[in-house]
Amino acid sequence: MTDDVERALADTFAQDWGRLVATLIRLTGDWDLAEECTQDAFAAALRTWRRDGIPDVPRAWLTTTARNRAVDRIRRERVGAEKVRSLVVQTDELDLDVMDSGIADDRLRLLFTCCHPALSLSSRVELALRTLCGLTTAEVARLFAVSEATMAKRLVRTKHKIAVAGIPYQVPSAARLPERTPAVLAVLYLMFTEGYAATAGPHLVRVDLCHEAIDLARALAALVPDDPEVAGVLALMLLQHARASARTDVDGVLVPLEEQDRAAWDRAAIDAGLAQLRRAVRRERVGPYQLQALIAACHATAPTAADTDWVRIVSLYDELVAVLPSAAVQVNRAVAIGMARGPQAGLDALDGTPDHPLRPAVRADLLRRLGRADEAASAYREALTRTANQAERAYLERRLRA
Amino acid sequence: MQYLLLISADEDLAVTRMRDGAFASFDTWIADLEQRGVLRAHVGLHESATATTVRLRDGEVLLTDGPFAEGREQVGGLAVVDCTDLDEAVAIAAAHPAAAFGQVEVRPVRVS
Repeated sequence: MTDDVERALADTFAQDWGRLVATLIRLTGDWDLAEECTQDAFAAALRTWRRDGIPDVPRAWLTTTARNRAVDRIRRERVGAEKVRSLVVQTDELDLDVMDSGIADDRLRLLFTCCHPALSLSSRVELALRTLCGLTTAEVARLFAVSEATMAKRLVRTKHKIAVAGIPYQVPSAARLPERTPAVLAVLYLMFTEGYAATAGPHLVRVDLCHEAIDLARALAALVPDDPEVAGVLALMLLQHARASARTDVDGVLVPLEEQDRAAWDRAAIDAGLAQLRRAVRRERVGPYQLQALIAACHATAPTAADTDWVRIVSLYDELVAVLPSAAVQVNRAVAIGMARGPQAGLDALDGTPDHPLRPAVRADLLRRLGRADEAASAYREALTRTANQAERAYLERRLRA
Repeated sequence: MQYLLLISADEDLAVTRMRDGAFASFDTWIADLEQRGVLRAHVGLHESATATTVRLRDGEVLLTDGPFAEGREQVGGLAVVDCTDLDEAVAIAAAHPAAAFGQVEVRPVRVS
């Protein structure tokens, strides 16, 4: 019974934290209060559900509890009868139909507000991870390699700016959506990549973050069906996430793409990704997310690693580098060249790239394939200094011993 | 909400741009704000070389010839607008002719 309650709570937390906070922010207009009351509701659930059983619709129970808690708190702090009244009126018709029609909007409202261009990119990501994904301040701090106290201060500063500078809590008007969507895509993709290859910690993949990012991208795609980059980012996430279970072995060690068991890839996710990608490229406005999704599609559709069309992948990277010349893209292009034209060509391409955490590992692999064992070993050792993810470290250590 | 728009630019560049007619849209900008009833205040300033900076230290008034911050980019105008949110204030700032070659800082006004 206890285990059931804990499991139900964990599931609800993973699925619904963002929705709950988003709704509470809309109802109260107070970000801190919304977070605290949502947290309180989860704490109350643990006690009440153990006693009375798990409610039929946990999210509805939590929303009502969090809202009541907010009403109590506002009343106690005597912020003003006016605010309490509007909160009660607004939530009177809090039945499930209303909640379900409004809740997707609430989450998008929170997403667009977190991603407002008046906030720095790192502030947007930090706030989205904390508020929308429910990561603890300590977890967000670890991702950005700062202390918990520093991150707490940054989050306070961001929320303070939203309140004081009058950043609106809303999905932008249709006219403004095109200029606002790229910032949202950037945050969603960072959220996904953090889930896909966690910066630190025991697991390579944080499935909850990947799911949240994919889920939000779906909601966004429904809102702006005409934006090919939104469909592109969704396709990219689906295609990459399809490989999730094959990316680590039974011991939790990273398995590189060419050694993965392709039968373990999620065919349904690949098909869904390819369908999104077809929808996107029909619009003939190819952007960086669609190009990355096209590259992911080359891998997803190759029956074996040896069948991979590396020549096409190189030409897609050439296009991608032209629109997105980031270090990561340039390093990955060198990997593709190493596969298409041999390790020496890959090494030559890598020489001209800027530094990136993956660069030493890529260099090590190319040197290994060239038979330059000593240089490869020292590159693997350097690579080990560049990642705190245990699955990646285990892989590199295994290579170093081989 | 009220916002202060702090309009600044490279002063030499501003002179050239003004001569080239970059401020032709200024009258429309002001007229639009007045008609919408959002403009609370607006002033244009003489160049920063005419400024005097005042400090009181140990009871003594100290004057400096020039603006408080040295540099090419100097404030040339101020406006206070009353808007529903930051998005509206940003749209107003972006429509100011100086935004095309200088910048406009948008600061929420403190209400006490």
